Amino acid sequence: MLLNVENIHKIYETADGPFAVLRGVALQLDHGQTLALTGESGSGKSTLLHLIGGLDTPDQGRIVLDGQEMAGLDDNGRAALRRGTVGVVFQQFNLIPSLNVRDNIAFQARLANKYDPVWAKELADRMGLTPQLTKYPEQLSGGQQQRVAIARTLAPKPHLVLADEPTGNLDETTAATVMDLMLELVSQTGAGLLMVTHSDALAGRMQRRLHLRAGQVA
Amino acid sequence: MTRVTLQALLSHWWRSPMQLFTLLAGLALATALWSGVQAVNAEARASYAAASATLGEGSYDRLLRRDGQPIDQTTYVALRRAGWLVSPVITGRMNGIRIVGIDPLTAPGAIVPVDVISDVDIDRFFGTKGLLFANADVAALLPDQDVIVVPDTAPNTAVTDISVAQRLLNRPGQIDSLVVVPRQPARQGDLAGVAPDLVWQRAQGGTDVGQLTDSFHLNLTAFGLLSFAVGIFIVNGAIGLAFEQRRPVVRTLRALGVPLRKLIVLMAAELMIFALVAGTIGVALGYGIAAFLLPDVAATLRGLYGADVSGTLQLRPVWWLSGMGIALGGTAIAASGALWKISRMPLLAGAQRRALSMAATRAAQQQAIVAGMLLIGAVVLVLTADGLVAGFALLGCLLIGAALALPFLLDRVLAVASTGAKSITAQWFWADTRQQLPGLSLALMALLLAMAANVGVSTMVSSFRMTFTGFLEQRLASELYISAENPAEAGAIAAYATTRVDAVLPIQFVQISIAGQPTEVYGTRDHATYRDNWQMLEGAVGLWDTTFAGRSILVNEQLARRGGLNVGDHVTVQGQTLPVAGIYGDYGNPIGQAVISEPLFAALFPDVTPQRFGIRIAPASAPDFVTGLVDSTGISPSQVINQAGIKAVSLEIFERTFTVTTALNILTLAVAGFAILMSLLTLAAMRVPQLAPAWAMGMTRAQLGRLELLRAVLLAMLTAVIALPLGLALAWALLAVVNVAAFGWKLPMYFFPLEYARLGIFALLAAALAALWPARRLARTPPADLLKVFSNER
Repeated sequence: MLLNVENIHKIYETADGPFAVLRGVALQLDHGQTLALTGESGSGKSTLLHLIGGLDTPDQGRIVLDGQEMAGLDDNGRAALRRGTVGVVFQQFNLIPSLNVRDNIAFQARLANKYDPVWAKELADRMGLTPQLTKYPEQLSGGQQQRVAIARTLAPKPHLVLADEPTGNLDETTAATVMDLMLELVSQTGAGLLMVTHSDALAGRMQRRLHLRAGQVA
Repeated sequence: MTRVTLQALLSHWWRSPMQLFTLLAGLALATALWSGVQAVNAEARASYAAASATLGEGSYDRLLRRDGQPIDQTTYVALRRAGWLVSPVITGRMNGIRIVGIDPLTAPGAIVPVDVISDVDIDRFFGTKGLLFANADVAALLPDQDVIVVPDTAPNTAVTDISVAQRLLNRPGQIDSLVVVPRQPARQGDLAGVAPDLVWQRAQGGTDVGQLTDSFHLNLTAFGLLSFAVGIFIVNGAIGLAFEQRRPVVRTLRALGVPLRKLIVLMAAELMIFALVAGTIGVALGYGIAAFLLPDVAATLRGLYGADVSGTLQLRPVWWLSGMGIALGGTAIAASGALWKISRMPLLAGAQRRALSMAATRAAQQQAIVAGMLLIGAVVLVLTADGLVAGFALLGCLLIGAALALPFLLDRVLAVASTGAKSITAQWFWADTRQQLPGLSLALMALLLAMAANVGVSTMVSSFRMTFTGFLEQRLASELYISAENPAEAGAIAAYATTRVDAVLPIQFVQISIAGQPTEVYGTRDHATYRDNWQMLEGAVGLWDTTFAGRSILVNEQLARRGGLNVGDHVTVQGQTLPVAGIYGDYGNPIGQAVISEPLFAALFPDVTPQRFGIRIAPASAPDFVTGLVDSTGISPSQVINQAGIKAVSLEIFERTFTVTTALNILTLAVAGFAILMSLLTLAAMRVPQLAPAWAMGMTRAQLGRLELLRAVLLAMLTAVIALPLGLALAWALLAVVNVAAFGWKLPMYFFPLEYARLGIFALLAAALAALWPARRLARTPPADLLKVFSNER
């Protein structure tokens, strides 16, 4: 089992008082499996993704990733998990604006000491980024930036890829192309994929689908 | 991981060279101002230390003539025969170089050349030509003399055997003072019996000049600190903006797996590298500033206190290490807040956006509260401050409190102004200006401090100048001053002058102790010159009548403050008790002074005869009188000094004194102007999303550029309005608290509206110039850049 999430609760403090975003969510995912996480805005999809990625901590419940209990990890441990085991593709790309495309793609792999120049080059080629390698993020279109973000995520060959509406900022045609590439490359690395999406079409391309409603699995 | 993360962090600066320049330049300028001032101070202090080591100044007791005249050689011989171990010293100037004559056979061993002389051929030392000891600079100025270079010798000074010095100074047989060797024989003749006209001057445990000039250096150090504070505001602003812009990158780095602690350590290390680079540049610039200022400082110290300071600068570890220390410390202070924010920043941006906004509002409120507390502290100190530490605490509370209060005050003013806005453009302008305040507030604080320092220091300096000019008018009232070389000549001068001029005013004094303070007591003739011209700070009714009648004494402000004397208190002068009838201002004089009547003086000090005279005469008759006097008495024309000449020399000294403060004023204002420029340039990129909607709704780019310029000038103008009262409060604190504690006298405060208006115009010009470039850039922003704001891809 790659990922085991049990009875996760998360509460945020708001101006109107405490708000329970997740209420006892559970899910499992194996290596090589793909799972779509759907639901309305505010249903807790992104929050669940952030908890699994070690970007936030649950108030209750347990998450076991690659046999490692996340509750026992401190900031350094969670950072190590994010570097080597998990890769996150953000909706807003989150590229480093002062690094060029080549360095952005290599960045996370080098952080994790897993940099493979041959694989990085293949990713750039497959993503159609080879002509853009010396350009900076601000010089790229949104679709190109998201492809750089996906290449960066896959460069260290993570065991689990988390994608938070990765095509939410892209037009339909570009979104379809980017999605095709991502699924193909994830499949090639044998990683598990957990993707948050609003799109039924994209969710339909995943092996499994989990729908959240008001912080619970519907 | 470390290398990759550091590479990512540093790449930000590579892509934002202007921001890097702002940071480095701000820190370098702050360090330069501080280390420049410290370099001047270190050089001057090293000069005093060398003077002390060379001449034993302040280290040994000395015997001096009561009346300040040279000691006769026979008195010296009589003392040695009576068993007194004393050593003669003569000092004077030859071509501007201070010549010091000592007797190496009897001088104490700690005086520098004495231990060197043991290695020198004795025939050469005592030979007819004579041998001098001096540092390399002085040796180069004495090509005709046989000079041995001793690097530790005091600057601008040559030491030699006393007979050689007497010959070079053309003062045969004369001695200025006798150094008393610390270990004296058990049996000696009574000093009063052997040499009744000599007084014993105790060593003061440190150099005289060092103590006298401490106050001057204190003011310079205070100015250096103020300049550094202005610089730190710039650095703080640059670091704050840089961190603000890098906030998303920091989140991304953390999301990609860089641990928070490592990130903070690397960012701190990155800043320390910058601090080292900027500190090195700053110290080099400081060296340049010091080299520029030092000649004027040296002239000031020589003019005011008679202290010789080397005119050339050496690279002393004291100041360049303190410069580097202040650069690193300043960066640490400026960066600590930004790093703390990073450490508290949640990894996920969106989750707590509202919390962050609330935190920013809370921080602004806390800043206003701290400002209020500091300003209340300043008011309390105004009422209670006494002494130098309290004076500087007052300055600190006042300046920091006002700086912290500035954003709050400006926001309130802008809020009020916006209520009167009629057109929609005006409403948008006021609202947008308020929105810009947080980004510009640090630069505006720097401008506020720089302007307040300018107003304060220029008020102090100009008040000083006005008071001193008035003081010269009153104290140098006589048209001519004549010095005699001996009592016989003095008698001849008095006899010739008495029937030919309006008045002959003898100038005679002795040095004694009054109220525990070393004091020069003058015996003064009853004349309208004194009654009409001397301004009393405090005085009893009929003070001149009682003083000239020998029933009271007048004391200067320094003696009154140090001796704790008030009008009506009694002091003892040579066994005679007299009430203090008045306290007079005596600016520029470091020691105590008192005035008694001529007859009383003659009775108390019968051995002292006047050898200097002030002559009251119609200015038109003065040249003929001098010609007649020289012909009749045979004195040298150089013994007659025209009052106008003395005033000119005194004023020139003061002008040079304040060249230093003027130069520092200009530098500080320039640094503040630079702060505004850099803030506007750094903010320019962040402005595009704010301005694009206004452009899209019909405002032209040129219109937006003009409004940007207007905004900078408006904010500078409002800052200038607040800086004026702050600067005046600073001047008051300097004149009424710090000056009294440091110098021993209080100066009246004058106002100079024209000077303030000129300064205000300079500040507005500086702000306009600083805003011109960013505004021009904005006016030329390509429409494509403005459109990107609305692009879906952004």
